[in-house]
Amino acid sequence: MDNEKLSLPQYDIPEDIQNAVAITTLDRLYNWGRRSSVWPLMFGLACCAIEMIAAQASRYDMARFGMEVMRPTPRQADMMLVSGTVTKKMAPAIVRLYNQMPEPKYVVAMGACASGGGPFKEGYNVVAGIDKFIPVDVYIPGCPPTPQALIAGLIKLQEKIDKESIRKVRWYRKGPDTMEIPLPILGPDLIDPRRNAEIKMAAAETKEGA
Amino acid sequence: MMTTPASTTTIDLVQRFPGSVSADTRPGYSGFIVEKDKLVEVATAIRDEFGFDLLTAVTGVDYLPENKMEVVYHAYKTTGGPGLCFKVQVPREDPVEVPSLIHIYPGVDLQEREAWDLLGIKFTGHPDLRRILMWEGFEGHPLRKDWKEAFYEEDAKPFKSRWPDGKFYMAEDNTPLKDNLNFPQNFDPEKWIPEDDQMLYQSLKRYTVKNEEGLETDRIVVNMGPQHPSTHGVFRAAITLDGETIVGLKPVVGYLHRNHDKIGERNTFLQNMPFTDRLDYFNSMSNNFGYAIAVEKLMNIPVAERADYIRVIMAELSRIQNHLVFIGMLLNDLGAMYTPALYAFEERELILDIFEAVSGARMMCNYLRFGGVVRDIPEDVMQKIKDMVFERLPAKTDEMDRLLSENEVLVSRLKGVKVLDAETAIKYSVTGPVLRAAGVPYDLRRADPYSVYDRFDFDVAVRQNGDMYDNYAIRLDEIRQSLRILEQAVKGIPQGPINSQKPQYQVRVPAGEAYGRIESPKGELAFYVVSNGKPNPWRYHVRPASFVNITALEEMCIGTKIADFVALLGMLDIVMGELDR
Amino acid sequence: MYGKGILKGLGVTWKRFWNTYIDDIAWLIRGKKRYYTEEGVKHRSSKNTRGIFTVQYPEERLILPEEARYLPFLVYDEGENGKKEVRCTSCGICAKVCPPQCIWIVRSNDPNTGRPIPEPTEFFIDADICMNCGFCAEYCPFDAIIMDHDFEIASYSRNVYNMEKLLKPASYYRSIRPENYARNEAERKAKEEAKAAKAAGAQKATAA
Repeated sequence: MDNEKLSLPQYDIPEDIQNAVAITTLDRLYNWGRRSSVWPLMFGLACCAIEMIAAQASRYDMARFGMEVMRPTPRQADMMLVSGTVTKKMAPAIVRLYNQMPEPKYVVAMGACASGGGPFKEGYNVVAGIDKFIPVDVYIPGCPPTPQALIAGLIKLQEKIDKESIRKVRWYRKGPDTMEIPLPILGPDLIDPRRNAEIKMAAAETKEGA
Repeated sequence: MMTTPASTTTIDLVQRFPGSVSADTRPGYSGFIVEKDKLVEVATAIRDEFGFDLLTAVTGVDYLPENKMEVVYHAYKTTGGPGLCFKVQVPREDPVEVPSLIHIYPGVDLQEREAWDLLGIKFTGHPDLRRILMWEGFEGHPLRKDWKEAFYEEDAKPFKSRWPDGKFYMAEDNTPLKDNLNFPQNFDPEKWIPEDDQMLYQSLKRYTVKNEEGLETDRIVVNMGPQHPSTHGVFRAAITLDGETIVGLKPVVGYLHRNHDKIGERNTFLQNMPFTDRLDYFNSMSNNFGYAIAVEKLMNIPVAERADYIRVIMAELSRIQNHLVFIGMLLNDLGAMYTPALYAFEERELILDIFEAVSGARMMCNYLRFGGVVRDIPEDVMQKIKDMVFERLPAKTDEMDRLLSENEVLVSRLKGVKVLDAETAIKYSVTGPVLRAAGVPYDLRRADPYSVYDRFDFDVAVRQNGDMYDNYAIRLDEIRQSLRILEQAVKGIPQGPINSQKPQYQVRVPAGEAYGRIESPKGELAFYVVSNGKPNPWRYHVRPASFVNITALEEMCIGTKIADFVALLGMLDIVMGELDR
Repeated sequence: MYGKGILKGLGVTWKRFWNTYIDDIAWLIRGKKRYYTEEGVKHRSSKNTRGIFTVQYPEERLILPEEARYLPFLVYDEGENGKKEVRCTSCGICAKVCPPQCIWIVRSNDPNTGRPIPEPTEFFIDADICMNCGFCAEYCPFDAIIMDHDFEIASYSRNVYNMEKLLKPASYYRSIRPENYARNEAERKAKEEAKAAKAAGAQKATAA
């Protein structure tokens, strides 16, 4: 971000030192630092992952946004780009990766599949949207979103980061520092432990052989 | 232009095995029906006496109305020519049992496991019959016709709820759990004990060693994936190690199993076209090509000549960008982080520009229609193709060659590290560049020509050593051959209509079966389609190259160092969308 | 000589490195702008591109081909007083051909006559299911549903589009797909003329 955006508009800085001095709030500085260094988790699921790689490659070059450092380990990543169809078999792994990411963390659902199941929604092994398990910050429709669409979505995420305030963000508040999400279990179908009671009730009402 | 039929009756199996083999006489079907008890004997004869050394596809079909299950085998000769299709029929009563052919054709390993997983066909004699795409403990066999998922609406599309009274609802709203979930009666999640891959680790158990004093030593098991930077997607391998040497390996797949077959059987024939894009998402044009060929065979319609040339141009462009990216990604895997990949992606972007201009999308082209293609190549795009084919791509291929081929570090890393030899590759039904790098000149464009490939002058790229270097170099050879084909195709493309049929969204497909196959950049990509005359296929099976090729992964890796595993996996050029479907 | 291959390879990267400067300077000498101009973007997507390959979205963007497709939208013609004349006749072909079945159309009947009203009362596309295949636009007999070029549609919530969100004017259609638009208009005109001629012929016949 250039100086103009960092400086608060209501202060007049003499012209000769405009490029050297900026008056800003802590919030702005904090958000500016974070929005310009969002490191994605190197984690590709399906077709969208190829477009994600293309967005990293020379034509689109996500390095311009400070997003070029793909981290294969969740411990060093700030953003999880769920790039592709989330299957039931993969869901526990994704939730585990999310739990392992330190705060602040963001999730971008790239493409129709990650957002809501996509064309494969009707399939028996497909989770209809990753937001059933982890909170999603930005949804990017498209199948697959072109690299430009992906970057447009990531700019949207940056806008969201810009609006945050250091006093309100969840990771500086009291209590446990991350939201630990219970891992789904692979049973006769995917079991979300948060919904055990519901599942038991629904299963009791299921007819034999249905 | 029709391609050769999937199977032929010139070989008289009936006479060779009187009483236990009969010709398949159902209208639209071909091949032979083998008695279950004689299957192993007949298969041995097919391999040894008749010379069909490559068993490419095994799959099951659930004929619910006739109360029968059928297992379909497609065998070919690596010397080329038409194939042989044989089937086994068993009553549809649990347990559905068919003898396994794993000892005759080891390449059936994963495919038989898939048929067990999805259709519940038990292959007796298979040493490791676990579920493969779904997890152990999953309820039911989803591809059976009487199995229904939670979001099930109707047997066939279009669904009646969409029009004319299409009140919008989420699929979730209609299920008791408001989600894509189905649990058996009186299921109690708190009492459920997950299987936790016990069977997987048990299958690796045989690598426990015992010394003379009876002391048992377990080898270390390392899990790579499903989230791993160099497994090319959500692939997982459970590897047993002795020090740094791999002594056992089991691929674990299914993390991207998107139910292509089940959804495909609900779709109309045309609706499957965009779904095939998402199989091998690097090469949607090739996938369209394979599917179009299978359905055109069923419909028995010709393809417009110009469209055939356009198909070849698109498929070969697709192959070039696939192989360039393969080289880039291989170097990524080897640690030459990103420079070759970035160079490869530049050319890929320029080729994708062509795809976008003709079809509308960069990756998911959905460009082919039965009988032709959806729209003609505009004049300016044709010029762009010519520019790429005659000027840029040859120069850039040479540049890639200069950049890497003689690099001493790369050469010493790749040369002499065995991938597969010819015999093992054929045994495990491996196809594509990996087979050709081992010295078997088996290329479907020559061995079983489809479309207009018989009109072009090109060489089948072959290398002799079957080591990693040959596997790398054969990709460059293939790019050069593809450019040769492209030059001829671009020069010789005739004028004329681009589709032999009228544009229509409901095609009439007569009852019968078809096995359409093409040489995709990864190997043999085939579609087995069964129609019963309805608007949607009764059975829609994809025989993906990546999936069958990883059958040989264990054989490839045993004895090598773990550091080579990533490169060896890279050699197979797997794409998870195609592998797991 | 050991190391020759490495040097050869380094030669390639070395040349690539200098190309970035050479190309920039060449554009400078010619007095043209390589960046932030349409000409520059075109050059970077052509066979002659060398040097910097990046198209710096969002400041500059790739020139999308006419056929490019993203999500579908519905076309309306601007009638008098800004009235939206929706082209869709709710025939339902798009809903039938849609592979993932993400299109929902409510066709309603005229309460007086009981006959179907051509304009749909409700039209939904679930963008989180849509696979951008373009079948709906391809098989629409009225050119009423068209694949959009707009890809900047990321949002903070799930995307289910209703009529209001889907409707876009024909002028927008013309702006993104001029060739298709012209072809459709010509077809429509020819059809209307044929209809008019037929009607005139019929009138003549009845008059005679």
